Amino acid sequence: MLRIEGLTAEIDGKEILKGIDLEVPTGEVHAIMGPNGSGKSTLSYVLSGREGYEVTGGSATLNGVDVLAMEPEERAAAGLFLAFQYPVELPGVGNATFLRTALNALRRAKGESELDAMQFLKLARERMKALSMPEDMLKRGVNVGFSGGEKKRNEILQMALLQPSMAILDETDSGLDIDALKIVADGVNAMRGPGFSALVITHYQRLLDYIVPDRVHVLIHGRIVKSGGPELARELEAQGYASVQAAA
Amino acid sequence: MTANAPAGAAGFLARYEGLKDHLPGARKPWLNALRADAAAHFAARGFPTRRIEQWKYTDLGAIAQAHFAEPLTMVEGAIALPVPNAPHRAVFVDGRFRADLSALDGVPYRVLSLARDLAEAEPHLGALARPASEPLAALNTMLFEDGLFLDIPEGVEGGLLELVSIAVDPGRPFAFHPRHLIRLGAGASLTLIETATGRGQCLHNPVFEIAVAEGATLTHGRMLQEEATVFHLSTIYATIAAGGTYDNFTVAAGARLTRNEIHAALTGPKAACHMNGAQMAADGQHVDTTTALDHAAPDCASRQTYKTVLTGRSRGVFQGKIHVHQIAQRTDGYQMNQALLLSDEAEIDSKPQLEIYADDVKCSHGATVGALDADSLFYLRARGIPEAEAKAMLVEAFLHEAVETVTDETLRGALTRALDTWWSRQGAAA
Repeated sequence: MLRIEGLTAEIDGKEILKGIDLEVPTGEVHAIMGPNGSGKSTLSYVLSGREGYEVTGGSATLNGVDVLAMEPEERAAAGLFLAFQYPVELPGVGNATFLRTALNALRRAKGESELDAMQFLKLARERMKALSMPEDMLKRGVNVGFSGGEKKRNEILQMALLQPSMAILDETDSGLDIDALKIVADGVNAMRGPGFSALVITHYQRLLDYIVPDRVHVLIHGRIVKSGGPELARELEAQGYASVQAAA
Repeated sequence: MTANAPAGAAGFLARYEGLKDHLPGARKPWLNALRADAAAHFAARGFPTRRIEQWKYTDLGAIAQAHFAEPLTMVEGAIALPVPNAPHRAVFVDGRFRADLSALDGVPYRVLSLARDLAEAEPHLGALARPASEPLAALNTMLFEDGLFLDIPEGVEGGLLELVSIAVDPGRPFAFHPRHLIRLGAGASLTLIETATGRGQCLHNPVFEIAVAEGATLTHGRMLQEEATVFHLSTIYATIAAGGTYDNFTVAAGARLTRNEIHAALTGPKAACHMNGAQMAADGQHVDTTTALDHAAPDCASRQTYKTVLTGRSRGVFQGKIHVHQIAQRTDGYQMNQALLLSDEAEIDSKPQLEIYADDVKCSHGATVGALDADSLFYLRARGIPEAEAKAMLVEAFLHEAVETVTDETLRGALTRALDTWWSRQGAAA
């Protein structure tokens, strides 16, 4: 379970997160919705350990372990996964090499044996088929020349290979057409189960028609101002954030 | 003549005076005249100083102050080769051809040694090198003792030849100045892969005179992997005739100081020149690539991509000049140099220079300098890849991009191994 208590964080001296309290129990999928600039991406970066964000107070633990004290790669080894809003292009780094290096780094951290190239390819092909990804995406540079939809599918492929216990999906729906959105949602839903939790960050309710969350939280100005069931997402879609903001 | 010589020149001039009656070709008046003329130029100018524009960023003071003056004695016996399995190889030890270490059976053209076959070289030796303007070419002309001499006849497919240069540490500073003549007749082709290794306090000062005739193709890969006690100063002169191609790819991954200087001239229509490379330096090393490209005929194309990786307190230089003559209409020129600085103490000087006198020309250049991209690094780490491994992946990617354009698979493999060898050593040192 992910437990966040009183989390405050700033960038360049500007406070963005102003005291976040949030619990995502094991096996549940929660959504965070909020307008632009509310702190959604900052929360995902603070949790995954990106440089440039200073945590000024509060705590975040994953299964009881303080993640804020860890290096990004240690957080990944602890089971945390961030699906990037803007996946980075890595020219010269083959997608297959990248995926295998990441998978083997995590296997090493867990004390498991590494996969050789053949074992890896077999596994990757299986996972790619489920995501309707063409096999040549393994041969290309990481995200290089990928369409917006292909980049997002590549993020979901990484998640499917790395099998995190806690995934944060940062606006994974942005830039996706409806077919790609369904594929991505299917990829996430396939992971759902007692050992997997997710925090789905989105601006729109659309994604939540396909990944139906257990809980929805509304983030405005760096605070969670309202929480509720999946119906809260539809309410927001109909009435906009202004109503929640006014009530808060 | 030596009394008033500029700094650093005296030792070499004295050596020339002492050796000139014993150097190869000492009884040939044409060669004596060539050497004497070069000596006069070297005596007048000495080693280039940083007051000269092309040497602003590279200081040869350490060479000028060292004493490389003692003559060499021939190294005999077996020596471990860096490419022991190369089927066709010409091996030079301390700049001298070693037939016993070479493997030349079945080579479809004659492989000559300059020292042995000087008479045949007379029409070509000194045809391209310019001792009057480049002091290092003057030094080489004055003192060369040997070199590779290839004259590939018209239409011959030369295949692959490895040129191996090994410097053996004699325990005292020494210098060698090989002179290589590579000539391809019309429509001929050759892939020449050069490996330079060496140890000890030595100065390796090769000069290449390369002539690519009409429709001929020379692919020239160079792997400079001498140890960090060696000074490596290469000067290449190349002319490419109509429809000919000269591809140069250099990995500079060794030596205390490397200067990789290339002068190429496209002299006939539709000639092409590709000069690419990767240069790397670690703590205490200095690496310099300087290119001068003359577009002297219409419809020619040139491509240059150079990558630099610097670690520790090291310094890199890239200077690239493209001169498009008035006659060279419809020139297509491109130059890019990119530097990756892995330490705050590393320094790169980058100077592209375009001089264009024709009006219908497509010519572009670009330069980037930076540290490893923080977003890329975070992306890898967020996937569980430890920081050091993530950095290594990004540096390898940067370097491997440089060899992507190399179409010859044997060459691309060799270059990639040279890059990886360098990088793995950095990891071991860190």
